[in-house]
Amino acid sequence: MLELKNISAGYNGVKVIDNINICFEKGTITSVIGKNGCGKTTLLKTIGNLLKPLSGNIFLDGKSIFDMPNDHIAKRISFLPQSRRVPNVSVYDLVMYGRFPYMQFFRIPKKIDKMIVEDAMERTGIIRYKDRNIQELSGGEQQKVYIAMIIAQNTDVILLDEPTTYLDINHQFEILEIIKGLKEIGKTVIMVLHDLNSAFSYSDKICLMEKGEIVIYDTPQVVFESKEVNRVFKVDCEEVYLKSKMRKQYIFSL
Amino acid sequence: MNILHRFSIRRINNNCKAYNITVIFILIILLILSITLSIGIGYSKISFSSIVSFLLSNGDSSSKEYQIINYVRIPRTLTATFVGCALSVSGLILQSILNNPLASPSIVGVNSGAGLFAILIVAFFPSYLGFISIASFIGALIATFLVYFIAKRTRASKTSIVLSGVAVSSFLNAIIDTILIIKPDSAMSRTYFLIGGFSGVTVADLRLPVLFIVISVVIALGFGYDMNILSLGDETAKSLGLNVVRYRFLLIVVASLLAGSAISIAGLIGFVGLIVPHIGRFIVGYNNRILIPVCALLGSIFTLFCDLLARTLFAPFEIPVGIVMSFLGGPFFIYLLSKQKRGFIDA
Repeated sequence: MLELKNISAGYNGVKVIDNINICFEKGTITSVIGKNGCGKTTLLKTIGNLLKPLSGNIFLDGKSIFDMPNDHIAKRISFLPQSRRVPNVSVYDLVMYGRFPYMQFFRIPKKIDKMIVEDAMERTGIIRYKDRNIQELSGGEQQKVYIAMIIAQNTDVILLDEPTTYLDINHQFEILEIIKGLKEIGKTVIMVLHDLNSAFSYSDKICLMEKGEIVIYDTPQVVFESKEVNRVFKVDCEEVYLKSKMRKQYIFSL
Repeated sequence: MNILHRFSIRRINNNCKAYNITVIFILIILLILSITLSIGIGYSKISFSSIVSFLLSNGDSSSKEYQIINYVRIPRTLTATFVGCALSVSGLILQSILNNPLASPSIVGVNSGAGLFAILIVAFFPSYLGFISIASFIGALIATFLVYFIAKRTRASKTSIVLSGVAVSSFLNAIIDTILIIKPDSAMSRTYFLIGGFSGVTVADLRLPVLFIVISVVIALGFGYDMNILSLGDETAKSLGLNVVRYRFLLIVVASLLAGSAISIAGLIGFVGLIVPHIGRFIVGYNNRILIPVCALLGSIFTLFCDLLARTLFAPFEIPVGIVMSFLGGPFFIYLLSKQKRGFIDA
């Protein structure tokens, strides 16, 4: 449903990602992995229309996103940047900002907006601090509030830049479970992850990048067997079977 | 100051509609009160009944009281009301869109632009002294457009706007200082302009600036919610569909129209534009939609109050209102700073 054709992008004319061709399917989670500076965030920003590509085109359901007006794209693609300002507002107000693309001229939330915001807060388990000031919350709780804002934006494609970085292990899993829930309601999630273990456990597809190009884009199993991760990150990767959870897990070491 | 403490608790719960409406209602009453006092109090006392009969326009138009109200008090009161409102809203807009709690109208170059044009008139065209307010208004606009032009070339980031404002200001100030050395006679008028004041303004001087101020405040009121979105940071705002660069430019134009209009009638009384937005946030929190009307009202009240003191404190002598503002505002601002809870002073 989301297709990138010959995308090259970068900053000040210097290419960071070069000639990317990739297609993301509806209702899947894709993790983009790779070393620092390999162009993961640049790729995400280009898809999110925050960065104009130097060349190439992006098609959403067959239509080029560069032919769509800004507010139209905001109803189809949402993006959660890694670092952002934490404004001094209540949790409820921040989640309501996610409804901004749908608001009319006077920007007054309608009943449907309020219902969607309540639902998003319910989904992320933040409803009990809906009236708290977001600056008083912990990093993990703040991240959930931002995810709720993205859910309220109600887009088909959701882009997340390192959603679990800096969070404790429990919050990391909570966030990943919320993301899994999004896939179940048909959203296409594309995220940058540094934690390879979570990337392999939670994704349908892994997109491994190196020096601005895609090395391999396939299911975690295939990517594991290709040994490309070992080469790019210079690590060893082992597969273990967790009997109690009935699933495979990957362990990385030097 | 117990009441301020209570305010700071309510501030956190800024969803409280009833509280916000109450605040605005109280401020409107205070504004009406200040306007009445400003008309009534001064070198010659005016009775309340003659203010009422003036407002109902059935007073004796030849009486001394009527003349004072009509030609001295009314223009002065109107000036203080609109100037205070304009500078406060301008400061609020700049602080929130530049994410900079130190921002005030002077940061986009309006002060030095207005100052330069005023000094040009004083030094080289003394026979056109009557046009000094229009000239300084034009100067303020030219300076801001210069700032935009430079900032736009650097893609209008928050820092580049501030830095180009500083650069343009210092360049224009250099021209002002040069003129002062060549034409030392113009220094007196300059001092008056620098400190600012409301005396000697006529209703005719007010027409154009007030028109600009009213239009700009109405526009600003309409953009309150978009300013909230802008405060999420450029990337988040953009992914929510807001055209960040266009909105930031538009809001800066509005802010400089406000500041330019205010400066052109009252000279450089910049302090109100810095502190009123902070006081406003202290009372109602960070939602710009409520903050804009609150700052507009607070700015007018604060300015009227300072002007009242300026006129009466050492009557029959009058101190420039800018000085009173700094005397009152400085310590009060320091008090707020020392009282601040976490996150109070971040725009």
